[in-house]
Amino acid sequence: MTQDKILHEVTQGEYKYGFYTDIEQDALPKGLNEDIVRMISARKNEPEFMLEFRLKAYRHWLTMKMPQWPHLKIPAIDYQEIIYYSAPRQKAKLNSLDEIDPELKATFDKLGIPLDEQKVLSGVAVDAVIDSMSVKTTFKETLAELGIIFCSMSEAIREYPDLVKKYLGSVVPYTDNYFSALNSAVFSDGSFCYIPKGVRCPMELSTYFRINAANTGQFERTLIVADDDSYVSYLEGCTAPMRDENQLHAAVVELVAMERAEIKYSTVQNWYPGDKEGRGGIFNFVTKRGMCRGNYSKISWTQVETGSAITWKYPSCILRGDYSTGEFYSVALTNNFQQADTGTKMIHIGKNTRSRIVSKGISAGKSNNSYRGLVKVLKGAENARNYTQCDSLLLGDKCGAHTFPYIEVENKNAVVEHEATTSKIGEDQIFYCNQRGISMEDAVGLIVNGYAREVINQLPMEFAVEAQKLLQISLEGSVG
Amino acid sequence: MEPNTALLGPDNDYLRLFDANRGKLTQSIPSFLVDLRKEAVESFRMLGIPGKKNENYRYIDLQTSFNNTFRKELQPKNITFNVEDIFRCDIPELDADVILVLNGIYYDTHRPMRELEGGILAGSLAEAFRLFPGIVEKHFGKYADHRKDGLVALNTALATDGFFLYVPDGIQMKKPIQVINLLMSDEPTFSQQRNLLVIGKGASVSLVVCDHTLSPEKFLSNNLTEVFAARDSRFEITRLQNEHNASTQVLSQFYMQEANSLVNNNTITLHGGMVRNNLYVQLNGEGAENNAYGLFITDQGQHVDNYTFVDHAVAHCNSNQLFKGVLDDYSSGAFNGRILVRKDSQKTVAYQKNNNLLLTSDARINTKPQLEIYADDVKCSHGAAVGQLDKQAMFYLQSRGIGRDEARLLLMNAFANEIIAKIQVEPIRERIAELVGKRLRGELSRCHNCTMHCC
Repeated sequence: MTQDKILHEVTQGEYKYGFYTDIEQDALPKGLNEDIVRMISARKNEPEFMLEFRLKAYRHWLTMKMPQWPHLKIPAIDYQEIIYYSAPRQKAKLNSLDEIDPELKATFDKLGIPLDEQKVLSGVAVDAVIDSMSVKTTFKETLAELGIIFCSMSEAIREYPDLVKKYLGSVVPYTDNYFSALNSAVFSDGSFCYIPKGVRCPMELSTYFRINAANTGQFERTLIVADDDSYVSYLEGCTAPMRDENQLHAAVVELVAMERAEIKYSTVQNWYPGDKEGRGGIFNFVTKRGMCRGNYSKISWTQVETGSAITWKYPSCILRGDYSTGEFYSVALTNNFQQADTGTKMIHIGKNTRSRIVSKGISAGKSNNSYRGLVKVLKGAENARNYTQCDSLLLGDKCGAHTFPYIEVENKNAVVEHEATTSKIGEDQIFYCNQRGISMEDAVGLIVNGYAREVINQLPMEFAVEAQKLLQISLEGSVG
Repeated sequence: MEPNTALLGPDNDYLRLFDANRGKLTQSIPSFLVDLRKEAVESFRMLGIPGKKNENYRYIDLQTSFNNTFRKELQPKNITFNVEDIFRCDIPELDADVILVLNGIYYDTHRPMRELEGGILAGSLAEAFRLFPGIVEKHFGKYADHRKDGLVALNTALATDGFFLYVPDGIQMKKPIQVINLLMSDEPTFSQQRNLLVIGKGASVSLVVCDHTLSPEKFLSNNLTEVFAARDSRFEITRLQNEHNASTQVLSQFYMQEANSLVNNNTITLHGGMVRNNLYVQLNGEGAENNAYGLFITDQGQHVDNYTFVDHAVAHCNSNQLFKGVLDDYSSGAFNGRILVRKDSQKTVAYQKNNNLLLTSDARINTKPQLEIYADDVKCSHGAAVGQLDKQAMFYLQSRGIGRDEARLLLMNAFANEIIAKIQVEPIRERIAELVGKRLRGELSRCHNCTMHCC
């Protein structure tokens, strides 16, 4: 049957970012204890307050247990077998692109990341993070003219300790959950971004994450602060080599939007998903949360999740300012043995706050894909409004699609709606396409793309193209 | 599993109750039941009363209720009374066979087992243990798994009596059966009731169950019903819950449905301090259909919590869930529904909806509709909404000269009517529509049906 053939072809499609670059690594021994935490902090010449922050987080982590509630089968993780710090060896501080390790540059060229400022037409400023160490930030000077700070987290800790001290952990405290505590203790780098009052960031800011070394966990930390009346659009992409063992990625992303500020955060997640038998792949356990602190502020999350063996994350919005808005657009695709338990939380605190959730799940192969979301309207949140739509598409009869929404309302003026459907691609849709001479494979691609369109449309141009391609690669034809 | 530490507190009373009555609980009953009870005690020792950490019970605090001091005895005090003296039925027009259950124990010592037309058996479960051990053994404890829920374990271990119904194959029952559950005591009382209903192939029966409290004392009841619906059978149950604010009621219903069986389960909660309704449905034969409808109206500090779990174990089954809540004052409500479509349960059609009206800013609602789907050729959807009365509809009515209050009532009645209209037996439907109307106007007093006027 054609569909079986297509299914076969597509599942044969290899992960194309699975290469490994031989870069000299500067790594700490594996395992986790207070000394390792101290060593990470020392390696990075951090001020005293950071070391204290890390140690507090580490001690708190010791008292915690890994939560068991998600709809996921997670193999036991040995936290003593992970290397918590691994960085491309760097001799001196880099000023121009020529000084970057040629091997490293080749890596990014292969990934198609525009590190080279001269050639960049798209005008995206990139912060490249490899094994959780930031190696290169482009367009820094252009941004600096507007007063925008866009740099690696370690640089921010050294150069702008006041800002870091004020905002780090203000949205995701280290006590928040098991992985945020772990991240707070051992994070090695990440991106920091501050948009001053009234500034509209002229270009997309982007971070590219890459896990390279073996046995390494990636623990990066991103902090974006948009001051009054500012706007920023931020992109995040990620890849990893193919390995048989699982690697842990436990990042924390914090967003702060002040009065009338707007942050748009887009992710195209393409960590290595493991092979067809479910061996290897990244555990993507990320805490992402945005705080709409000021009135009329807006935070919008868009994610296209196609990679990782296990994805477990809930990019959330705390709508504290009056009239603030939270949005969440997600396409999560799982194939083979991948598992995803993802969704969002919208916490309505301020008056007249609005939120919108659009989640599209696609399951194929033997994968399991769950949407889990919380909409909470607190007592003071007068006239809060939420609309949630989450659809699941099942491709094949061995996969699962699940929906677990939680709605908690304490205010009578709230209007909260949730709708969900689960279905497979309609035979009539396929027939319609076939009948007009569109092949089975193209028809499925067409229908899935149409299904995901609402979310893909939210992505910035550069990413929308990549996301569309990714969906096609990971999915197209995996059903008939 | 480690023993539940919560049991070190007053909950231990429930275990002591078993130890103290070990003789009574293991004598003159079929031997399979003796073993089952012992296993259930061990399950309870492990599970305890579910707390808020339990994902299925996260919106209800039952531990506090169970930790209250109650008179805990297997056989509550023997009270004799003339029913007509103290109790006036909510549905007097109904021509039905009436069965009374007092504090969880079948109340009619003269006729513990009745044979109705067509060989239908209706009576006390304890009596059924003695008379029909074969039927009981086939079904008792088979659908309610004591290893999964502490409350099921507690009931399995300690409940001694309740209502038993057996409808032979092919019997179409014309008259509905009415079961009236009464709680009456002069001190705070804990009671457990266990019911077993076996509906034969192609049989059809309709049941009305009314829950009432007749004295102002605190009550805690943990009731469990198992229903087996054989192939081609039809079963409708309409439950009217009307207990006072000092009562806590846990009601667990387990359905096992064979091919082409149809079950309609209507639950109308008019009053109750804390109410938890668990509905478990297993659709185990192709063509089976289950419709679960629920309406709850709460005020003051009441809490009503509906939990449903519909398991589509085979292909070609339909299920429908519609639950609606109207919440006033500082009351709270919860809906937690789950649909499971197992692998290869193709052509499943499953719907689930929960709509709620919040009338004040102190009222609270938590809702959690869930889908868990492992088959691809299915039609499943769920929806939940929380809101107020439609402003446009209000305007429409007001602009036509209908006063604000009257317009509100009209819309609330319309909201509730979607559930009431699902009830098939006409006199019950009409009476419930009237009661709900009264309830929404706030005219239905706590003990409307009690002639003692104690509260």
